[in-house]
Amino acid sequence: MQIGPILVALRRHKAGTTLIALQIALTLAIVCNALFIIQQRLVRVDRPSGVQETNLFVIQNDWPQKLSPQDADARMRADLQALRGLSSVQDASSSNSFPLRGSGWDNFVRMTPEQVKMTTDTAIFFSDEHTLATLGTRLIAGRNFRSEEVGSQGGTDPMHARQIIVSKGLAQLLFPHDSALGKTVYVSGDNAPSTIIGVTDTLQAHMTGLWAQAYAYNALLVPARLTGDSTFYLVRARPGQLADAMRQAKAALYAQTRMRMIPPHDGVMTFAQVRERAYDADYGMAILMGIICAVLLVITAAGIVGLTSFWVGQRRRQIGVRRALGARQRDILGYFLTENLLITLGGVLLGIVLALSMNLWLVLRLGVQPLSLTYLAAGVVLLLLLGQGAVLAPAMKASRVPPVEATRSV
Amino acid sequence: MFAYYLELALRSLKRSRGLTVLMVLAVGFGVAASMTTYSVFRAVSGDPIPWKSSKLFVPQIDMWGPKGRSNNNEPPEAMDYTDAMALQRAHRAKLQSAMYQVSPSVVPAGAGKHPINVSGHAVYSEFFPMLDVPFRYGSGWGADADTQRAAVVVISHKLNEKLFGGANSVGRSISIEGKDYRVVGVLDDWNPQPRFYDVVNTGGFSSGNEDVFLPFERAIDVGMPNDGNTNCSEVPAESGFVGLQRSSCVWIAYMVELDDAAAASAYRHYLDGYAQDQQRAGRFGWAPNNRLRNLPDWLDAEHVVPSDTKVSLLVALGLLVVCLVNTAGLLLAKFLRRSSEIGVRRALGAQRSAIYAQFLTEAGIIGLAGGVLGLALTGAGVASVSWVLPKDIAALARLDVPLLLLTLLVATAATLLAGLYPTFRASRVQPAWQLKSN
Repeated sequence: MQIGPILVALRRHKAGTTLIALQIALTLAIVCNALFIIQQRLVRVDRPSGVQETNLFVIQNDWPQKLSPQDADARMRADLQALRGLSSVQDASSSNSFPLRGSGWDNFVRMTPEQVKMTTDTAIFFSDEHTLATLGTRLIAGRNFRSEEVGSQGGTDPMHARQIIVSKGLAQLLFPHDSALGKTVYVSGDNAPSTIIGVTDTLQAHMTGLWAQAYAYNALLVPARLTGDSTFYLVRARPGQLADAMRQAKAALYAQTRMRMIPPHDGVMTFAQVRERAYDADYGMAILMGIICAVLLVITAAGIVGLTSFWVGQRRRQIGVRRALGARQRDILGYFLTENLLITLGGVLLGIVLALSMNLWLVLRLGVQPLSLTYLAAGVVLLLLLGQGAVLAPAMKASRVPPVEATRSV
Repeated sequence: MFAYYLELALRSLKRSRGLTVLMVLAVGFGVAASMTTYSVFRAVSGDPIPWKSSKLFVPQIDMWGPKGRSNNNEPPEAMDYTDAMALQRAHRAKLQSAMYQVSPSVVPAGAGKHPINVSGHAVYSEFFPMLDVPFRYGSGWGADADTQRAAVVVISHKLNEKLFGGANSVGRSISIEGKDYRVVGVLDDWNPQPRFYDVVNTGGFSSGNEDVFLPFERAIDVGMPNDGNTNCSEVPAESGFVGLQRSSCVWIAYMVELDDAAAASAYRHYLDGYAQDQQRAGRFGWAPNNRLRNLPDWLDAEHVVPSDTKVSLLVALGLLVVCLVNTAGLLLAKFLRRSSEIGVRRALGAQRSAIYAQFLTEAGIIGLAGGVLGLALTGAGVASVSWVLPKDIAALARLDVPLLLLTLLVATAATLLAGLYPTFRASRVQPAWQLKSN
């Protein structure tokens, strides 16, 4: 296949060629960036929480009247006992928050009491000896809290804890070179040291925002019930009894006392719902980008089909002449495929520049991550294939133009 | 003449149906994607109080010093109790109010009713005139109620509906956290988005209701705890809500009204003087580092418009540009295919302007058709944004007449723009050459 004649012919269609190339360039720039955003969001959404999510649900419980810390603690203990006594419930615990909740309590962690800037930030989960079993999260070192270690703490008081359990992620951040077990860190409000008595397997924090990306796996368990105006009960149902457990748990709590509020819509949520809610915006963004990519590719492909069909129609006579002079059908087919390949290549080259500059702008202005070159390469291949695919039908049509066309006048 | 061009255009469009449909689809989809994302962007980037946003200011005082500052040297976003009260006492602005978020329980009248939890803010009397809060019944309380820590309350009309069946309840009382409060005002519909007076606690957008407003110092007196965020650079020395008031933890939002540039600069001067006094008194160990932003700048500094919304809008606009380039290419092909027809028209005496009119009419019709398709798709898009966007934000996106008109306008104008170059090329067709080659 000779490229020379194709280039000469393209020069006769400068405007059309430029427009297609430009369209391909823009499509490449947008599709690369959009696919990259989709991938980033899907990676986020697929992160493990470290919680065994099936059979787990969460109850939000608000106390309508002001309770003294003692009363609140007594009620919480009675509630937990009632929940654990249900036939459909495997275990239950109370907490101020839980992984993926979105908001909650986070504290700075420091290595020494004098340190001014924090070492890192961590989610604080007020827990008891049942918390790890309820979440289904394993300890990988050390021990769980003992029931006599679990106290209670007023809702607005600064946190204080002598013994803590930390997640694997936090342990590795704080002590990258050796075991965190037995070490002390400064995380409490009173600036006293806390000793790490246990390290859990992976456990996610409540923070899911992009700002907290670096702290996403920092979780710290404190042995206390937090006696505020409201609390969460984490409940693990026996396998296969999730629906029963959710119904029974709510009834059991109201049987304890009517003086509580469990929000009607989202007061009782399965962990699957918690996850869905946490990543709502990410799914949405991925879907939106997906729709835009699809529309874009279809329109670009249709544009190529339309313009090439027109060119084929315009050149019927020339094709006829070439066929009459001995060109085979496959030569004509090759001509149009090569022509498209050249235009697409031109568009793709410009598109790479556009994609990178668009990404750079997004990185600088809107805090998007820098584009991975794999996505750029994938986008280039995608568009080359798209171009060849789109041009195939009009090119086949061109190859079927009979040689006799040469003798007909328009 | 226009009717003739219209007929010509329709005939031409009918002749190559596939191409026409393709162009209309491209314009329709491109415009709809842009308009749908724009409707969301418009909703979240709108000015919640356009008639006076430039007069409302948010002061920030650096009570934490260098160790509490983030990388960009910004002072804390909210205020601690000590400084908020100092500003309130100094009363240097035309109107001002400290505020904090509360979530008390309210017991409806009647035996055996369950208490309900409501949200609201503890504010000063000037909050209502400063923000032009609309009232259905009654009004806000007076300045004397602030100082007397009076048990008065302003409630939303939703809460009024729930408690009093929607009747004028001014003068009646409700029980909040076990104490009786006299209703002095019932709000009209008022749900500004973004919730600009307390951006720090809502992140800007909130689907929750604001049901009660009560006097700030009254709420402090009865120990109604803060239900919003609390941020501390140091641990409070004492525990509980009183400990929080004595700490440097920030949890109070503050807003002032300053009517002109002179007032703003005087207030800025006052803030600096205040910080210098604190420095001299030994409370601040650093030079003044205050901010006084007006509302639009404050919303911008707080990143109230989510970056996802901006990225979506940009990508959708990119899609529109691709659709237009696509349309330009197809129009070019379509117009030049009719070179011989143009040649004949020109040879028979048609001016270039006539060729322009004819072909731009054709482009305009495609644009209009694309716009109509775009309207339907935008409608579908706006209706289904709740499917892909967070609920608080999706609920704000609306389809209204200006958006519909804009859709049609953008579609038509953009297509005409796309048709400009192809039309220019069509007008350049040489009649002699075309006639000869036939």
